[in-house]
Amino acid sequence: MTDRIADIHGPRTPHAKGTVWPARIDQYLDPGVEETDVERWVQSACLLCSNGCGMDIAVRDGRMVGVRGRATDVVNHGRLGPKGLYGSTRWAHAGDRLTRPLVREDGRLVETDWETAMGRIVATSRALLEEKGPLSHGFYTSGQLFLEEYYTLAVIGKAGLGTPHMDGNTRLCTATSAAAFKESFGADGQPGSYTDIEHCDAIFLYGHNMPETQTVLWARILDRTRGEDPPRIVCVDPRRTLVALEAERTGGVHLAPRVGTNLALMNGLTRELFANGWVDDDWVAAHTLGVDDLRSTVEEWAPDKVAEVCGVDADDVRRAARIFGESTDVLSTVLQGFYQSHQATAASVAVHNLHLLRGMIGRPGAGILQMNGQPTAQNNRECGADGDLPGFRNWDNPAHVHQLADAWDVDTMTIPHWAPPTHAMQIFSYAEAGSIGLLWISATNPAVSMPESARIRRILGGDQCFVVVQDLFLTETAELADVVLPAAGWGEKTGCFTNVNRTVHLSEKAVDPPGEARSDLDIFLMYADAMGFTNRSGQPLIGWRTPEEAFDAWAAVTAGRPVDYTGLSYDRLRGPTGIPWPVNAEHPDGTDRLYADGVFPTDTDYCETFGHDLATGGTVTETEHRAMNPAGRAFLKGAAYTPAHEEPSEDFPLLYTTGRTVYHFHTRTKTGRSEDLNRAAPDAWVELSAGDAAERGIEEGDWVRVASPRGAIEVRARVGNVMEGAVFAPFHYGHWEPPADLGGGHPDAEHRLANELTMTVWDPVSKQPVFKTAACQVTRVRAGDGPAPAPTTTASAPDTDRPASRRRPPRPTEGGAPTTTTVPDRTPDYPLDPARSSEGSR
Amino acid sequence: MPHLTTYVGLADHSERTLAESFRSVADGHAHVADVFHTCRMLAEWSEANRAALAPIVERYGEADVEEPERLHAAGLARTRDGEVGLLRDLQDLHVLASLVQTTWTVVGQGAQGLRDKELLAVAEHANEQTSRQLTWLNTRMKSAAPQALIVAP
Repeated sequence: MTDRIADIHGPRTPHAKGTVWPARIDQYLDPGVEETDVERWVQSACLLCSNGCGMDIAVRDGRMVGVRGRATDVVNHGRLGPKGLYGSTRWAHAGDRLTRPLVREDGRLVETDWETAMGRIVATSRALLEEKGPLSHGFYTSGQLFLEEYYTLAVIGKAGLGTPHMDGNTRLCTATSAAAFKESFGADGQPGSYTDIEHCDAIFLYGHNMPETQTVLWARILDRTRGEDPPRIVCVDPRRTLVALEAERTGGVHLAPRVGTNLALMNGLTRELFANGWVDDDWVAAHTLGVDDLRSTVEEWAPDKVAEVCGVDADDVRRAARIFGESTDVLSTVLQGFYQSHQATAASVAVHNLHLLRGMIGRPGAGILQMNGQPTAQNNRECGADGDLPGFRNWDNPAHVHQLADAWDVDTMTIPHWAPPTHAMQIFSYAEAGSIGLLWISATNPAVSMPESARIRRILGGDQCFVVVQDLFLTETAELADVVLPAAGWGEKTGCFTNVNRTVHLSEKAVDPPGEARSDLDIFLMYADAMGFTNRSGQPLIGWRTPEEAFDAWAAVTAGRPVDYTGLSYDRLRGPTGIPWPVNAEHPDGTDRLYADGVFPTDTDYCETFGHDLATGGTVTETEHRAMNPAGRAFLKGAAYTPAHEEPSEDFPLLYTTGRTVYHFHTRTKTGRSEDLNRAAPDAWVELSAGDAAERGIEEGDWVRVASPRGAIEVRARVGNVMEGAVFAPFHYGHWEPPADLGGGHPDAEHRLANELTMTVWDPVSKQPVFKTAACQVTRVRAGDGPAPAPTTTASAPDTDRPASRRRPPRPTEGGAPTTTTVPDRTPDYPLDPARSSEGSR
Repeated sequence: MPHLTTYVGLADHSERTLAESFRSVADGHAHVADVFHTCRMLAEWSEANRAALAPIVERYGEADVEEPERLHAAGLARTRDGEVGLLRDLQDLHVLASLVQTTWTVVGQGAQGLRDKELLAVAEHANEQTSRQLTWLNTRMKSAAPQALIVAP
């Protein structure tokens, strides 16, 4: 029996380089439920991070009562993380589920029936279309709906209404990943595979606290670093995370650049490759464009200058570059430390540049994983609910728009393609001004998750825009809506989703949703029916009623595109494992990694974008792109470092950065309703370095006020492992609390929202908001009566180098309900796994 | 080369006008976050072009001939309000940046004729930077236009 709150990553199964990652099956059942009580196991995959672990849902008496990892799945080989185990099912029977639609009457939300609620939406929608046209409509979705739902909404928005104002909270999470791929390789699509972990000599994690964001993937890495012939780890993070400790343990490097200086560091690492002759000139000449410009862009970034700007040791820069330059196979992973920080796209593209300069792409062990934060973010990007055109099509290419117009049987002019799609921050600005008069929000909680919360609350709560919210619970956002629609969640509906490394899973319906809650697909179809959207032939625009029919329609429009689903069907996905796209006649069993042939989707007629100026976001024209004749070569693109938008000042001398803890997902809508997870991280906190704390007379557990020019929070302080000059706050905590007997009732619920302090500013190319650079000040308010409520098992642990506070010793994070972990006698056979044919040969 | 001197002066002056105008638009539309930050950055690019030109202005000295009439364009002293106002301000910046760009083109031609490598390098780099400014202005206008023209209050 394993306590997976205390033991986040579970027991090790170490193995040698080049061998298959052993299977290990993790299982959790609700207290009092025995395995023999389970009536059915229903096939699915985990929805509580982007890793996409295959799992089965245990069902008894019409309730989801637990989960089990699927040993045969290529993603997780049976493992699950603490969120997947403890958080997957328990929200489903929480007492405060939305079970009936709500409408606002005299300022209050009151229960009503579906006809009334949808009637109000349709009346508003029709009136706005009449008065202002389709640009009055905006849709803001999620990274947690299913592919079928995104695609259906995309068709409604683009071909039914004709609005360019569609985006998802994926803008806050993975927009930079997609943007970086498009800039370097011509189209979105993860080049690497998780199987690269088994073959690499070094792993670079850029702004990626993987032990907390993707625990099962980190377990996969630990099974290498603790086995024979381990890879070295290089960690780029301002906090001394578990990644940093592993870097120290494996002879790698921990680089802690000053918040906001990622690009300066990347330019320095790139320069070292040139300066030391670690560039594969022949490969670069054959497969890339732009090497001369890149060389001159990074020329000034000698290690000493990097040290000065980033506050790192010049020798550490040299050592990290040497590890990259002298390893045969490097795997790089990137996440929010880059995506949500200053110069996000340029810094993420720089990771590609390093790989391209060494020709390290497209073979086992030499890979890139630009991560996602959410389980279905990839589908939002693919299907176009984020504004992009479905199938990685280029809005600036008339032939691509024609393909969609033909598929949907609508006029080309209906499909918005006159400019880049409207990004989330701009959608909210239009809603603020009232030029978007109907904003429909599905499965996300922007009142907590978007920057500068006070502004977002004002926009959602004002009269200038009619707000529809579709969710499982009455979130901080739903409280401000004009209509609230009760949605069915994961396990209560069927659909597919695709993880970070392109692996598609089918998630089957296990139980009925509560009360009158409906699936998001059914809600969108209900709206389409009521609006009477038709195609040119006069037939209903949406020609499908079931998830499976929606999937087949989606697969059909992917034909001939990089994201090819034509070889996939529900039947295929009911097999032992998820399958990575492209899946088509050429690759009937799927594709483990892209670009094995060194040919990239950059051809002018094929690419998803003609590209952008990384400094301004200005778009490259078709003519300019054609003149470069990329013809399958990747772009090496550089940019000059510029200081962050808000630098520390006398009044705000510290740098504020936000992030996650392992025990929660997003705004805790699900994880806060799992007692085990909630107890592990029950309330907000802020992390300070020992030096900054001492200077302010702050001790572990003291109540402190953290203020930026935009707002303030009052929470308890953890004297921890953040670098000097920086302050870390977890972004999960809005004012919602579970009932007191389930761990709620904290006095700071009204003043702990990390985004009160963040800025309204975004990356010029990916349009991802910057959550990780703001100036702040911390002052002591009063003494606490115990340690901070921060976990001790993670990067939030008390200062590793100093003895724990004697007066307020931190409570060890532990006490999760028992789970089981079994290692099967035989490791299953994983299709496409490169280690399976070379077992023992390396 | 008397008129080249005039045009070197025009390059300097029009870059200054453009930089000031970018800053005016940044301040006038400070609540539009990307316009605020990008315009301030692009103002610095214009200043950088002036800094690169400064030693050459010094070397060429003051023009001793009469300037053409109405040589200089006026900058954007005051910005306009609202989404349509922003669109119009971006158009004005585009006009000013176009003048800057053609000025650099003309100066570059003169530098070719004179075989002044230093001036040619400055003019070529500045011309590229101005192209990037124009590209951003064009991109930003294209995305702002539909909403501003059709829906904005």
